[in-house]
Amino acid sequence: MLIWIIKRDLLLAVRRQSDVLTTLFFFIIVVSLFPLSVGPEMNLLRTMAPGIVWVAALLASMLSLGRMFSNDYIDGTLEQMLLSPQSLSLLVLGKALAHWLVTGIPLVLMAPVLGIQYDLPGDALAILTISLLLGTPVLSLIGAIGAALTLGLRGGGVLVSLLVLPLYIPILIFGAGAVEASMAGVGFDAHLSLIGAFLLVSLVFAPWAAASSLKVSLE
Amino acid sequence: MAINWFKYSSPASFYSLAGKMIPFFTVIAIILLAAGLYVGFFVAPTDFQQGEAYRIIFIHVPAAWMSMFLYVVMAFWAGIGLAFNTRLSAMFASAIAPTGAMFTFIALWTGSLWGKPMWGTWWVWDARLTSELILLFLYIGFMSLQAAIDDPRRADKAGAIIALVGVVNIPIIYFSVQWWNTLHQGASVSVNQAPSMATTMLAGMLIMVFASWMYSIAVILKRTRIIILERESHTAWVAGLQKKGTVS
Repeated sequence: MLIWIIKRDLLLAVRRQSDVLTTLFFFIIVVSLFPLSVGPEMNLLRTMAPGIVWVAALLASMLSLGRMFSNDYIDGTLEQMLLSPQSLSLLVLGKALAHWLVTGIPLVLMAPVLGIQYDLPGDALAILTISLLLGTPVLSLIGAIGAALTLGLRGGGVLVSLLVLPLYIPILIFGAGAVEASMAGVGFDAHLSLIGAFLLVSLVFAPWAAASSLKVSLE
Repeated sequence: MAINWFKYSSPASFYSLAGKMIPFFTVIAIILLAAGLYVGFFVAPTDFQQGEAYRIIFIHVPAAWMSMFLYVVMAFWAGIGLAFNTRLSAMFASAIAPTGAMFTFIALWTGSLWGKPMWGTWWVWDARLTSELILLFLYIGFMSLQAAIDDPRRADKAGAIIALVGVVNIPIIYFSVQWWNTLHQGASVSVNQAPSMATTMLAGMLIMVFASWMYSIAVILKRTRIIILERESHTAWVAGLQKKGTVS
């Protein structure tokens, strides 16, 4: 069931590649806007880079949340999935993982390139990539709750940001914090461990909460 | 004699009970407010470090406590409503949210007014200020989610889920903000020094805390009554109230 839903969502994503590319280019554009707004001063940009990349990743991941359930909701597939005897939490987990593979992984792969633009040193680039690799699945999992709650509502896209962004704050703090710590020469293991802990906790609880939200939304 | 508590989980009987309780809590709130403000402004001594400006504590601290406490109460009732499918609990949770958001705003506002004379700046990215700001975002998220859903049953349940997710996240957010703060900020501004208070100061503050409690109870009951009327407007007992002219 889990593998099946991931495969299905990936196939749908491959058939509509523009969606994936839009998210990725949004990420790149947001990151590129900051030097234009604060000036090309390299020392300033280097200190701001982890935060900028992480905020852009948060926004890009959030913007694509609408697609997680809405297409299936519109054509009625989601209702059929709810009627099936399979566990709904497992289905939500599969959809969140597919969302991460489609939007999170491209961001993770792109982040080192953007980091080079900001003149980040090599090991900071590695930490940035690792922190994003651990952190973006949490964004997809927490986002699934917001996406399920706002399913089919007017102005759902703006509403989901109000619901989800405050919950993203701990990930942002420790994700950007890990990179800053490695640049400052202090230990960054604690930050990464905490993101890993968030990942494990949200793997267990977020699909369950999102599944109950889906039931509420489709009642 | 066993009291049948479940009697009051019906909106109709709770409506009349709340109507009897509101004047009681309003009067106590006004008395406590007057007493607390009197103690705060006239009895409590001037602080030798902060001068007269510290007196904002009599509003600020009760507001900050209530803002956090009300979120937990709101999530509790929302959770009860979700688990046992009791309509009144969900209505009560929706009635708490605006009062909680108001106290959060007051805490931020008075904190900022207090910060200016003490630290020379309206705002610092201190752990407490930042987490209070995030609490305001959580309240606003809860209220806007409920406002966006037309079906009241769905609004109740969706709001309950986001309130419960928020309540699980509050400690995580609080500790991460605190850690972020200690990593980033030098010790230029410290809010963590708690000087020992004079007894009258403490008494004034506690009276104000109780005044805020009573005020919250009165206002939340009033708002619950209005929500009950809105939701139950199709029922016979609301129509009966209208006939008697007790509800315009």
